[in-house]
Amino acid sequence: MGMGSDMYRQQILDHYKNPRNYGELEEPTFTHVGENPMCGDEIRMDVRLEDDGETIEYVAFKGDGCAISQASASMLSSELQGKTLEELQEMDRDDVVDMLGVDISPMRIKCAVLAEKVAQDGAEIYRGELEKEKTTTED
Amino acid sequence: MSQQNLEPLDVERLREDFPILEREFDGQPLVYLDNAATTQTADPVVDAMSDYYRRYNANVHRGIHHLSQEASIAYEEAHDRVADFIGAGGREEVVFTKNTTEAENLVAHSWGLEELGPGDEIVLTEMEHHASLVTWQQIGKRTGADVKYIRIDENGRLDMDHARELVTDDTAMLSAVHVSNTLGTVNPVSELVDLAHDHDALAFIDGAQAVPNRPVDVEAIDADFYAFSGHKMAGPTGIGVLYGKEELLEEMQPYLYGGDMITKVTFEDSTWNELPWKFEAGTPQIAEAIGLVAAIDYLEGIGMERIEAHERELARYAYEQLSAHSDVEIYGPEPGPDRGGLVGFNLEGVHAHDLASIMNDYAVAIRAGDHCTQPLHDKLGVAASARASFYIYNTREEIDALVDAIDSARQLFA
Repeated sequence: MGMGSDMYRQQILDHYKNPRNYGELEEPTFTHVGENPMCGDEIRMDVRLEDDGETIEYVAFKGDGCAISQASASMLSSELQGKTLEELQEMDRDDVVDMLGVDISPMRIKCAVLAEKVAQDGAEIYRGELEKEKTTTED
Repeated sequence: MSQQNLEPLDVERLREDFPILEREFDGQPLVYLDNAATTQTADPVVDAMSDYYRRYNANVHRGIHHLSQEASIAYEEAHDRVADFIGAGGREEVVFTKNTTEAENLVAHSWGLEELGPGDEIVLTEMEHHASLVTWQQIGKRTGADVKYIRIDENGRLDMDHARELVTDDTAMLSAVHVSNTLGTVNPVSELVDLAHDHDALAFIDGAQAVPNRPVDVEAIDADFYAFSGHKMAGPTGIGVLYGKEELLEEMQPYLYGGDMITKVTFEDSTWNELPWKFEAGTPQIAEAIGLVAAIDYLEGIGMERIEAHERELARYAYEQLSAHSDVEIYGPEPGPDRGGLVGFNLEGVHAHDLASIMNDYAVAIRAGDHCTQPLHDKLGVAASARASFYIYNTREEIDALVDAIDSARQLFA
């Protein structure tokens, strides 16, 4: 009923209602958490690397928050498998918006990029290039 | 109650004074329900400000020429008009600020930093806006004064028994919102002020959500300080009002230094101008003060009692419509005399930001987030809430549009 919401196309809602790779890894290579204080969105990402220490083998996430933040984490968790940490670091906000496949309004962009920032900060911390307990979108 | 005999607002007629309400998005008419954040600006306000800029724009107080005289008179008389509107003694008791937040900061810095110290207590409420909560919290840290919070009960009302426990002879300041911007609760401010005075404490009332929509008489409330903002009452942004009792303002030191607030300046020292100018440093908000007067004229032309009745009726209708759905949680008291014209709520399973985004697709403008009351949201156990807030130009049909949009969100997320 009514017009569909551009920001809430089927794909976003599907990932929100049925998140992929949801949970925790038993032996993650690294784990990192982050939040969007404005919305109260929270994301934890577990990443396991292959033996080369560079290629992402598997990603799992847990979280709580709005549909945009959680769907973004779900999609990213699949998207990152097989990518290298280098490729992860090169991702930017446009890549996230492309991945989501919808226009994200300026006020909601922080929700969309939270998972990406958590994964990137987690990788940097793992490589010893960053010291941080928790990522926040307000940084 | 006598309000039942009030003539209802002619909303269709009033809407003509707000051409912004004619806007459409994707062919759908704008439904503006974000009035607790800011109201739309009435045409007479825009006209008054543009008349100032077109005909008598000049800096105030320093000019000998015609334009400056006209501007100075208009600016100074704006204080008289505000004093009359809120029942203050005169212009000496009316300081123009940027907004309610700045009024709160003015008192916290000018009075608080001077008067507070270890052993003193500041009493706030759990429903304070960050404007007062953060301000007094930080002043507490700097002075060593303790900050305490009057609890809210399960209906979103202040626990007055707890208030009577908290306010003691150690209390130096009690600061409370007149109407909560999140719960819609209308607090018993006279009672709170009396409680503070019984213990020789001062009382600051944040009237940002009260002055726009109900008669307010600061002397009847007996508040020592009272603050509100122009942009929440059909007026312009950039102007707020601090009311303060003359004897208190007289004793307080200036908050901002600079031009206009001085009488005599030497290289070594300065003396202060008389009230209220002592607290209005630099070139003030001249156009905004003129706009604020136009807004007051406009609202009083309608009648504050009628406005209050209109808002209460819309809040009651919205409450009824929303509470018909078991998956909608509404915050704050049930409709009645102690509920203002806003409804905070959450739809189960849909984050408030998602809800607001979906509403926006139907051109329904609501607010979602923490509404500058994060500790209150922690207490409610939610990260965010949605809020629909009403003003003189809103209709029942617009609340129906809100409910329809909620239905759509429910289906989308089902």
